[in-house]
Amino acid sequence: MKSAVIVFPGSNCDRDVAVALTRITGTAPAMVWHGDQAIPNVDLIVLPGGFSYGDYLRTGAIAAHSPVMGEVKTRAAKGVPVLGICNGFQILTESGLLPGALVRNVGLHFICRDVHLKVESADSMFTRRYKKGQQIKIPIAHADGNYRADAETLRRLEGEGRVAFRYVNAKGEATEQGNPNGSANNIAGIFNEKRTVLGLMPHPERAIEQLLGGSDGRAFFEGIAA
Amino acid sequence: MKARVHITLKQGVLDPQGKAIASALHHMGFAGVEGVRQGKFLELDLKSTDRAAAEKEVRTMCERLLANTVIEDYAVELVK
Repeated sequence: MKSAVIVFPGSNCDRDVAVALTRITGTAPAMVWHGDQAIPNVDLIVLPGGFSYGDYLRTGAIAAHSPVMGEVKTRAAKGVPVLGICNGFQILTESGLLPGALVRNVGLHFICRDVHLKVESADSMFTRRYKKGQQIKIPIAHADGNYRADAETLRRLEGEGRVAFRYVNAKGEATEQGNPNGSANNIAGIFNEKRTVLGLMPHPERAIEQLLGGSDGRAFFEGIAA
Repeated sequence: MKARVHITLKQGVLDPQGKAIASALHHMGFAGVEGVRQGKFLELDLKSTDRAAAEKEVRTMCERLLANTVIEDYAVELVK
């Protein structure tokens, strides 16, 4: 499985995700600078977490217009899987590859801690090694993770089963108390229509070794590798 | 010519920063504040001398980059 990780000025999870991909898929990803217009022939493109362009204007707004993003959109349209984690999810919504927007957390704080998630769909290359309804624990680290979309978009995402992950409490319930940032419908991650593009705020690449506090993110990369 | 662009959150989009500002104002004794919405103000220096063309171009900039129309509204004002 060949992959590419796009590196923007201000990306800071690019190396973490590269380690996860290398360990679990067995092949090191190509690291592609945002100013490049060519991406090698790969089976997966990753937009990593971080603070591209210092979050200027809006999170992900400037990165969405980086030279490389034209090619990312072209590949996505051809069905090449694209994964956006955290800032990568913000870039995906800003570039129109996923609907909605991510705004400031309801409590205004930058939140860095483990959260409980429910896997809402196992029907994708990213989630196929989980079971639908499975509860997992993965860290978040963001200030702008509050997912917003108009009522019609939310209805469509729910109706088409395009919510990939939802924030839940320790009992697995999608309550307000289990929602760290105020996201609509406790949404933590969504797919595009073909389920080839996934954006999520939590960081599975930070949960691949028990030594680092948890390994629930391992199955995510095992799914990608399968 | 200059363009002044105001970007504000759409009605109905939660504005946690505006809420925090309103709450601070209340704590300071400004009890008459019923709500605060935080936005952005941008000033663009333009080469153009054609008002209509400049406005059209700035609106395109707003649609494509300056505002996220999923959550934000924008207003463009041109000044000499």
